[in-house]
Amino acid sequence: MIVILVKSGLQLLLLLLVAPLISGIIKTLKARLQTRRGPDVLQPYRDILKLLRKGMVIPETASWIFSAAPYVVFVTAALVGLMIPMTATDAPLSLFGGVIAAVYVLALGRFFLALGGLDTGSPFGGLGSSREMTISAIAEPAMMLAIFTVALSANSTNLSEMARFAESQSWRFLAPSQMLAFAGLFIVLIAETGRIPVDNPATHLELTMIHEAMILEYSGPNLALIEWGASIKQLILMTLLVNTFFPFGLSSNWTVSGLGLGLFFYLLKLLLLACCIVLVETTNAKLRLFRVPELLAVAFILGALALISTFLF
Amino acid sequence: MNALPVRETFALGLGAYALGAFACLGSWRKPALARYLCCGLALAAAALEGCAAVLGLLQGTPVRWSISSGVPLFAYSFAYDALAGFFNLILAVLAAAVTIYSFGYLKEFEGKRNIGLFGFLYHILLLSLTIVFAAANAFLFLIAWEVMALTAYGLVSFYYEDPETRRAGLLYIIMSHIDSGFLFLGFLLLIQASGSVEFASFGAAAKQLSSSHQAAAFVLFFLGFSIKAGVIPFHIWLPAAHPVAPSNISALLSGIVIKTGIYGMARIFFDALGVLPAWAGMLVLILGVASAVLGVLYALMEHDLKRLLAYHSIENIGIILMGLGSALIFRVMGHPQLAAVALIAAMFHTLNHAIFKCLLFLGAGSVLHSTGTRNMEKLGGLIRPMPATAFCFLIGAVAISGLPPLNGFVSEWLTYQSLLAGFGATGGLTRILFPIAGSMLALTGALAAACFVKAFAITFLALPRGAESHHVHEAPRSMLIGMGWLTTACVFLGLGATWFLPIFDAMTEQLLGLRVGVNLITGKGLVLSAGTSHGGTVSTAVIGIGLLILMAPTALLASIGARRFGRRQGPTWDCGLPGLSSENEYTATAFSKPLRMIFSALYQPRREIQAVFDVSPYYPKEIHFESEIEPTFEKRLYAPLQDLILRLSIKLRAVQAGSIHAYLAYIFITLILLLLFGVRS
Repeated sequence: MIVILVKSGLQLLLLLLVAPLISGIIKTLKARLQTRRGPDVLQPYRDILKLLRKGMVIPETASWIFSAAPYVVFVTAALVGLMIPMTATDAPLSLFGGVIAAVYVLALGRFFLALGGLDTGSPFGGLGSSREMTISAIAEPAMMLAIFTVALSANSTNLSEMARFAESQSWRFLAPSQMLAFAGLFIVLIAETGRIPVDNPATHLELTMIHEAMILEYSGPNLALIEWGASIKQLILMTLLVNTFFPFGLSSNWTVSGLGLGLFFYLLKLLLLACCIVLVETTNAKLRLFRVPELLAVAFILGALALISTFLF
Repeated sequence: MNALPVRETFALGLGAYALGAFACLGSWRKPALARYLCCGLALAAAALEGCAAVLGLLQGTPVRWSISSGVPLFAYSFAYDALAGFFNLILAVLAAAVTIYSFGYLKEFEGKRNIGLFGFLYHILLLSLTIVFAAANAFLFLIAWEVMALTAYGLVSFYYEDPETRRAGLLYIIMSHIDSGFLFLGFLLLIQASGSVEFASFGAAAKQLSSSHQAAAFVLFFLGFSIKAGVIPFHIWLPAAHPVAPSNISALLSGIVIKTGIYGMARIFFDALGVLPAWAGMLVLILGVASAVLGVLYALMEHDLKRLLAYHSIENIGIILMGLGSALIFRVMGHPQLAAVALIAAMFHTLNHAIFKCLLFLGAGSVLHSTGTRNMEKLGGLIRPMPATAFCFLIGAVAISGLPPLNGFVSEWLTYQSLLAGFGATGGLTRILFPIAGSMLALTGALAAACFVKAFAITFLALPRGAESHHVHEAPRSMLIGMGWLTTACVFLGLGATWFLPIFDAMTEQLLGLRVGVNLITGKGLVLSAGTSHGGTVSTAVIGIGLLILMAPTALLASIGARRFGRRQGPTWDCGLPGLSSENEYTATAFSKPLRMIFSALYQPRREIQAVFDVSPYYPKEIHFESEIEPTFEKRLYAPLQDLILRLSIKLRAVQAGSIHAYLAYIFITLILLLLFGVRS
């Protein structure tokens, strides 16, 4: 009990600290690749701190749902972060929720955020909520199929078990099923974190926006919670990718040296994945909204192929 | 264990229902008295039946008794086993909630509608449902089944002045009779094989059935029970009939009446037909997937709040069938452990769906009661005048979307685990079906969440959209108590899922011969596992508590700024455009527009826009917009079928010549034929 609490506390701290850093790294790298100078990597921390110290305006038309949504978004993301192995194979809460629970707890946050978007009565909020729920609904089967492929070979939906199994078979990520599942999940990652070509995180007033439209009416600490929560969710999905497919360097115990080494490898892997995301964002144009389902259909088919190839190879 | 008074309590409950029925009928001239009698006696009866169910489940061994009726083949035989106890427990919980709710709801009937007649039908419906779940004789079962269908018909057509209601009632009664017809044929096959009408004799006789006989019986029963349960493509009556009934009746119809189909499948497929071949399970699984996905897709297109909920019943029946189908497949493949887990998933979802669907229909009933409309496009902002109703509806919406830590998540999680186990437990290429079904379950869950964001937000949030929303009021206290009872059940069944699992042990022991409940609970009774050595684990209790614990530091974090500058109310920013009104709010139709476009191959949407303008087409004076989707099943499947039947009937008319000589000749020929073939032995 105490051990779980201490481990949870440590991982929570790591989660909260690393999440904005990754957002910052992606922003900076993207700017450099587009030959802009861009903000430095610490900018998201400054944004969050600034927003936390501001007052906020609550729309007159909104109910308590609007104010509750940021808390739910932040708390659900943080809880899922404790179920997933970050630097050590044993995640603090991995016994209490596997990958299915993780996906569904994140969905709880999204459910409330979409309600918050509609609560203000602003048509932008409704537009964002509608698109967010649509795209996540289409992404869900592709995501689950790819995850099932990994879970079926590991014989468990428990994230620590999945990582442990991947660790025991060192070159397994080269198997066709794993590579196909990884590709499918990568597309889902792009869609779920609202990145180009699905959504553009840099726009704030465009008819094409999804996530930003939904949170348009939020300000101050509420907005900070949502932004922080979104970056935690991004970190979780990235961690899911790097640690279930490439579990190198995951520490098998919770000792200081093991964790230190684990942290080093973890950040290295995240950096590589961030580079991939930046490459995709820079080399692609944003898709029209109704072309997005086709992209996600590709992810679904990749997942199905991954599944079939598990017993061909 | 000593014999518990199951039989006596059960009989007392039935007596209370019967007494209630006739007391209501007798007091139809005094509406207030009829209302008190109806609700008081129904509550007492539900409490007695609830006790009987709990006693029956505690007893552990089936309680059987039979009272001969003097009529050959027909006896009042009952078997109060785990399955009967479980379904009667669900019935009692729902009946209690709906009855308390009705006390407030029926008040507006006073002076307008016949509460005595309503009470009579209500009590007989509950009475027949109780007997359906406990009957152990095919004839008693079918009679109760018919009475249930007829009283439900009476209640569905309660607002008979409305032509839509009459049409829906007619469709319902026709489909009900088709399903009874299939069940009759199915039972005749079993009776012929076993030589007895008692359920207990079917199981032994089924072992001697030839495989073609077994297949025929399976198909007949499956058709019969699927029509009752509203499985796609036999669902067309459900979204027509459930919304037009009074809301408390809609809650019962979607909560428990359609579950009689699930009960029948569990009873007949696992008990009476022997071990069914794998294709039967596959058929159940595939129709389950189709019902789940199509049910939720059609629900998304609805802006009638109650019809939206009716389509969700189809979706959830689909999820239940996924579990049942997997259980059938695992049983024939020789994995009784997995079959038991899949059966538990199906039955747990049956319980959960009964509770949250009943809750949501009651919530929709309160909205209708207060605003007078079911059309979501005219609602909005109800969270302010009706905060308690809104809260109950929100809990129901989170639960039905399968989101943790509420009860819908637990049963969906178990269904996922069963489907994943299916991949390893079966051979060949067919095992691909299981993970695909799992991903379709994921699609269903995500679409259901989208649909309930729409249903809750458009109805309860933002600004009121129509005149109806201006003089609304919170529901009366009795209606809130009815809903609150179910809301509490949603939370407890979710957080305390592991405590409730042992209930299912007796049922799996009865149907599959083993108990797995203990294997499913680990980690000091808090963690639910998939039952096998591997698989996954989850704990809704820890998730719920974890979310609460994390909430405290988050609130502290967010209060830094609020302490210095406070929270200000201001007009909605809306990109700086002043004057936000209900007219530029997002509507239910707009919310589901992206999905309507993505799945246009299924919906075949049609829209018509007519603009009237004076000078320039850029400044229209008024715009007429019409949009509809094609009811595929009605148009492609049922309309041709109806044409065929009408054409055949016209042909058959020639036989009905109107001449008494011809009719005498028919009777004579029939007699000869009967003598030739019927009295052979």
